[in-house]
Amino acid sequence: MLALLRNQKVRGILFQILTILSVVAFLWYIGDNTMTNIEQRGIKTGFAFLDGTAGFEIDEAPISFSSSDTYGRVFLVGLLNTLIVTFVGIIFATILGLLVGILRLSKNWLIRKIATAYIDIFRNIPILLQILFWYNVVLNAMPSPKQSLEFVGGIFVNNRGLYIPKPDMNSTTIFVLTSLAIVFVSIYLLNKWANKRQETTGEDFPVIIVGFSALVLVPIVAYFIGGADFNFDYPALRGFNFQGGKTISPEFLALTFALVIYTATFIAEAIRSGIEAVSKGQKEAAASIGLSGYQALKLVVLPQAIRIAIPPVINQYLNLAKNSSLAAAVGYPEIITLFAGITLNQVGQAIEIIAITMLVYLTISLVVSALLNWFNHKMKIKER
Amino acid sequence: MKDNNVIEIKDLNKWYGDFHVLKDINLEVKKGEIIVVCGPSGSGKSTLIRCINYLEQFQEGTIVVDGIQVMDDIKKIKALREDVAMVFQHFNLFPHLTIVDNLTLSPIWVKKQPKKDAIATAMKFLDRVGIAEQADKYPNQLSGGQQQRVAIARSLCKNPSIMLFDEPTSALDPEMVSEVLDVMIELAKEGRTMICVTHEMGFAKKVADRVIFMDAGQIVEENTPEEFFGNPESDRLKTFLDQILSH
Amino acid sequence: MAVYELKQTLEAPSSTKGMIHWLKDNLFSTPINTLLTLSGVALLFYIIPPFLNWAVFDADFVGSTREQCTSGGACWVFIHAKIDMFMYGFYPAAEVWRLKTALALILVIVAIFKFFKSNKIRFSILTLYFIISYILISGGYFGLEHVPTEKWGGLMLTVVVATVGIIFSFPIGIIVAFGRQSDLPIIKSVCVTYVELIRGVPLITILFMSSIVLPLFFPEGVTFDKLLRALIGLTFFQAAYVAENIRGGLQSIPSGQYEAADAIGLSYWQKMILVILPQALKVAIPNLVGAFISLFQDTTLVLIIGLFDLLAMVRIAAADSYWLGMETEGYVFVTAIFWAFCYGMSRYSNKLEKQFNTNLK
Repeated sequence: MLALLRNQKVRGILFQILTILSVVAFLWYIGDNTMTNIEQRGIKTGFAFLDGTAGFEIDEAPISFSSSDTYGRVFLVGLLNTLIVTFVGIIFATILGLLVGILRLSKNWLIRKIATAYIDIFRNIPILLQILFWYNVVLNAMPSPKQSLEFVGGIFVNNRGLYIPKPDMNSTTIFVLTSLAIVFVSIYLLNKWANKRQETTGEDFPVIIVGFSALVLVPIVAYFIGGADFNFDYPALRGFNFQGGKTISPEFLALTFALVIYTATFIAEAIRSGIEAVSKGQKEAAASIGLSGYQALKLVVLPQAIRIAIPPVINQYLNLAKNSSLAAAVGYPEIITLFAGITLNQVGQAIEIIAITMLVYLTISLVVSALLNWFNHKMKIKER
Repeated sequence: MKDNNVIEIKDLNKWYGDFHVLKDINLEVKKGEIIVVCGPSGSGKSTLIRCINYLEQFQEGTIVVDGIQVMDDIKKIKALREDVAMVFQHFNLFPHLTIVDNLTLSPIWVKKQPKKDAIATAMKFLDRVGIAEQADKYPNQLSGGQQQRVAIARSLCKNPSIMLFDEPTSALDPEMVSEVLDVMIELAKEGRTMICVTHEMGFAKKVADRVIFMDAGQIVEENTPEEFFGNPESDRLKTFLDQILSH
Repeated sequence: MAVYELKQTLEAPSSTKGMIHWLKDNLFSTPINTLLTLSGVALLFYIIPPFLNWAVFDADFVGSTREQCTSGGACWVFIHAKIDMFMYGFYPAAEVWRLKTALALILVIVAIFKFFKSNKIRFSILTLYFIISYILISGGYFGLEHVPTEKWGGLMLTVVVATVGIIFSFPIGIIVAFGRQSDLPIIKSVCVTYVELIRGVPLITILFMSSIVLPLFFPEGVTFDKLLRALIGLTFFQAAYVAENIRGGLQSIPSGQYEAADAIGLSYWQKMILVILPQALKVAIPNLVGAFISLFQDTTLVLIIGLFDLLAMVRIAAADSYWLGMETEGYVFVTAIFWAFCYGMSRYSNKLEKQFNTNLK
């Protein structure tokens, strides 16, 4: 019998059983106490609260919302706002990060130093501090509505937000938007066709020039076909505030600016290390077989750089999504502020609410991770 | 276990998943015998000697080492590893410790020896392999041949009765092979039981009592060095000897 | 056949070296480059002089009353007046000497370390310091007045939170990293679940959980100090990231090391602690310092659950009606402090990384 205890496999199993028992015992203890405490405080359990009436207004809702709507709808609005700020943040952070990452490797000493300084400065300031700085210092310094800064095209900036004209959804707008979508798809298909053609005939097709011209010309043509009638709703000052047009709140602006500037520093570094990781020998080899600088970049350097850079960049996208939760500090109505904030305060069912919120972020993480794995698998350099 | 046998392997079979890597191995090693195991790569020779000190587990058969049955029993494994020492192809010295600390690690923590005694023993063995002056250096500061000699000294510190060598010179630059082989030859002359997996045929001819040829997981031929190299019987051995002796 | 005389070493021709040449090469080599340089200079002109004017040349540094902020620049008098708040939060002024003592003791310890190199002694000294500083800061023993954690704030609170976080997340992270590597499926899955769960959610949800939900897990009588709740949440959050960094280090250790340790008879824990962990930590150190920098930045989140760290102090100090409108100075000041700490730590990490790379040779 004692000999069994000296058997490593047996010990392993015993240890695991012990672990399971302790975990179960701990969860039991917690669960028991929680049940008691919840009863004592009169907090309800279950998810019925999602049907309760919210009783408050939301300033920025992408779908219609009124105070008589349910908490379930509050959750939806919060979720949509989280996704919107994440999406917008990712787009701009990528553009800025790409730019700074490439500038960081520029031959121009001054530009290089400025890009490095940008990264060194904004990477070392906490994101929450940056959000609060934008909100409390920069946007507060904006003039009041009566003295708004005015820009070309009917754009106004003041301490209540950014106001831009909004086009009505008439035939012209729809034509232009559809034509843009068609152009993007066509460019993708054109590229595929051009590659195939090059493989069979060896002839090069100027995809970029053709694509760029199409991007500019086709929407213009669509504009005229659709009636040449953009009807913009311009924001105008009525009384103390602006009416009409589209309002972008200072909360959204502060959150987005801070997230973009902060995340772009990490994206820039990821792109830089991706490009630097492609050894000098690759560029030299490409030159020695007669490729031009641009061809070397497109066919040799970038494919390898991207393999290395994409995983950390996608990691940063995930961080941006998680950091959007800091909106709670400035009151932008995304899921933390609305659901884990106001709703939790009113309903009191902390466990259900926080669990749901965590689940949302976990789902976003899992989806992005799966995307990353798929990408890594496709891009894997075959080894022996 | 027969008297005088320090190792008895009976009907040993091992699988890696579906791959049958050791087939019906039967081997008896007497005290003080020097055995050389050779064969093409993938023949299972490294796997075999790793089974002896339980670095690899096996599914069928028995191994008895010095009266200790090799099985999943931590007391037995501990006793086994005090008696059997191993020298690896890639030395496996601990890079974050000095040479002398590499040697005293086990005596201090496993045998609970006082530090002074452990260091004295360590210096004795470092001297034995000719590296005493490097005692306070770190492994990465030594050449490959020196590191392997330290590895041999490390295994000597426990005064093992059996020493296993897993291709000890295969990872060395050619000019360092002889310094390690010289140490091994001296150890052989002291009467230790040694099992060496190696391609160094000169070493086999000089000190081995028996040479064993393994191929595709089984022992194909075993004989004294003179007969083994002079009169190979099986075709597989003849082919193998042709390949390695022709360069 | 030819034999050549030894050649003289000459200096480079003047057109390829010197300031003019460097300028031409780096800043004005092509038309695009020239354009970039000019834009860069324009950008700097646009940003730096106005900022310097506000922060330095037109600013008021001396004084103690608001009226002395007459010029249009920054009113650093505000910072000067509120400095105790920024540094110590609401800590009673009469007891601040205790905080200063705890800080001074660190310098003493650094000096002592020069005499004692042994790891064991250093560890004991640090543990002793930990206990002493806790007694000093919190009080309640040896006649020191107890200062409840609600009064802790400012930079002192930020440092306390960051330090406790790093100290406790470290051992937890090590254990989780070992568990993740284990062959035992239950242990492995528990550790993997823990790490992936934490890494998938924002820190603020963990802080909400630890401050709102944690008290529910324990019977009625057990009360959790607010700061303690935040520390628990932050520590378990950080431990997951530490575990991942250490796992990266563990994965870089060749299996031969594990085998050699087994072959010389070390038990599992002896093997991990004496052989594997020291090597894994060396590899993981740059990433671990990065994790500490993140933790330091993350401490600002405690203001969302109602603790008064350095960042929270800006709002509180500026809310004083006498000093209305001074947020900008407050934010700039706090930004400077955070930036200095984080930038300093990242330079240290670079130095460590370079040292480590040369050690590898």
